[in-house]
Amino acid sequence: MNKVAVIDYGMGNLHSVAKALEHCGKNVSVTVSSDAKTILAADRVIFPGVGAIRDCMAEIRRLGIDEIVAEVIQTKPLLGICVGMQALMESSQENGGVDCLGLVKGQVKLFTNGQADGKPVLLESDGEALKVPHMGWNIVQQTQPHPLWAGIADGTRFYFVHSYYITLDPSETAAGMTHYGVDFAAALSKGNVFAVQFHPEKSQHGGLQLLSNFLAWNGES
Amino acid sequence: MALAKRIIPCLDCDKGRVVKGVKFLDIRDAGDPVEISKRYSDAGADEITFLDITASHEGRETTVHTVESIAGQVFIPLTVGGGIRTLEDIRTMLNAGADKVAINTAAVFNPEFVREAAARFGSQCIVLAMDAKKVSAQGESNRWEIFTHGGRKATGIDAIEWAKRMVAFGAGELLLTSMDRDGTKSGFDLELNRAISDSVSVPIIASGGVGSLQDLVDGVVEGHADAVLAASIFHFGEFTIEQAKQYMAEQGITMRL
Repeated sequence: MNKVAVIDYGMGNLHSVAKALEHCGKNVSVTVSSDAKTILAADRVIFPGVGAIRDCMAEIRRLGIDEIVAEVIQTKPLLGICVGMQALMESSQENGGVDCLGLVKGQVKLFTNGQADGKPVLLESDGEALKVPHMGWNIVQQTQPHPLWAGIADGTRFYFVHSYYITLDPSETAAGMTHYGVDFAAALSKGNVFAVQFHPEKSQHGGLQLLSNFLAWNGES
Repeated sequence: MALAKRIIPCLDCDKGRVVKGVKFLDIRDAGDPVEISKRYSDAGADEITFLDITASHEGRETTVHTVESIAGQVFIPLTVGGGIRTLEDIRTMLNAGADKVAINTAAVFNPEFVREAAARFGSQCIVLAMDAKKVSAQGESNRWEIFTHGGRKATGIDAIEWAKRMVAFGAGELLLTSMDRDGTKSGFDLELNRAISDSVSVPIIASGGVGSLQDLVDGVVEGHADAVLAASIFHFGEFTIEQAKQYMAEQGITMRL
């Protein structure tokens, strides 16, 4: 039995990711939990997250999830999704500045690259004003081979919904890039960690393939 | 522009059954929202919107089960609207597997509800549904007002001001229905769409009035919509989702094909 723990810290919809995982593998047992023992007993771990990062980080620290995640990535594969990916970074601009887990070097920034009427705006290179949040299906260019990209065509569209994006320190590796006003890391890879800004559980074929690949991945790359 | 525009089929459900008629030629059960959602997802729908029009409490229990079933089989975003009045309603739907909830009437009666909902669950899952109707007379400059009760009750609230206010309160997306066009098949109210879309930073879903594939194109190109929602043109099999996406792509719109 392939045991997968989905880390639950009370933020958002974990049903979707659990259902998608169950759909992907036959001998998969999915547990949604915040309990250290349960999470550490799993073969692989999903670190999801939605909503405001200040609230997420507060709950992560209150429940001791920070220590659990740090321990998990020493020994088993971990897939970070959306705010789960952002939480791995050093800090976020959201909510006036929030310290994150610092497991991957880099920052989380607001989608903006210009000003209009004194307000930050996101502009495409042709001057078109873009909507924020970045919501919908966008192209992910794979920037390195990785077991989690197996069977997924380069340039496949995945479903995104976020207003903040990560910028990686040059010492870290993006696994996939997406363009929305700016180029940003839609996926990163670091040892046992693979993290994505998009929602694989909502990205139909490509997303389900990525989750299937995660279920077969034993970490490192 | 790499981000694709979205096509969202909408299912109106009463006690767990799709109403407003769905007539696929080869479907076993034309009223089953789970089967229909799967079909639309397989055909390339970018999201599904499920509007619950059930009045009774018992019926709403059924809705929760239906949402659970859809979420267990359809792996694209799912928005649930209709009767979302409390934070508990939102929690129930998110736990059942909805990714977003659409708030309409409850926001009109208590705008703070949108602020509380966004603060608790995040803007990414709060869709503000607004029903607008033109109230300016011919020759006057355009003015639209928010209506409730299926377009029967005026609220006196200016639609553009309302959109701006709801975004400031934390709505992450607006589902904009023209009550003048809903059910007419004469196309979206493009002026309304453009006026709202250009006034706010968040994505707009245009709704109400789709009768042809060109209407979908116009909604994006002329109406500045980020997504287009339609029910009957897909339900009655006039057009498939594939045809709609293909047509929009041929007109130069970025689509997920």
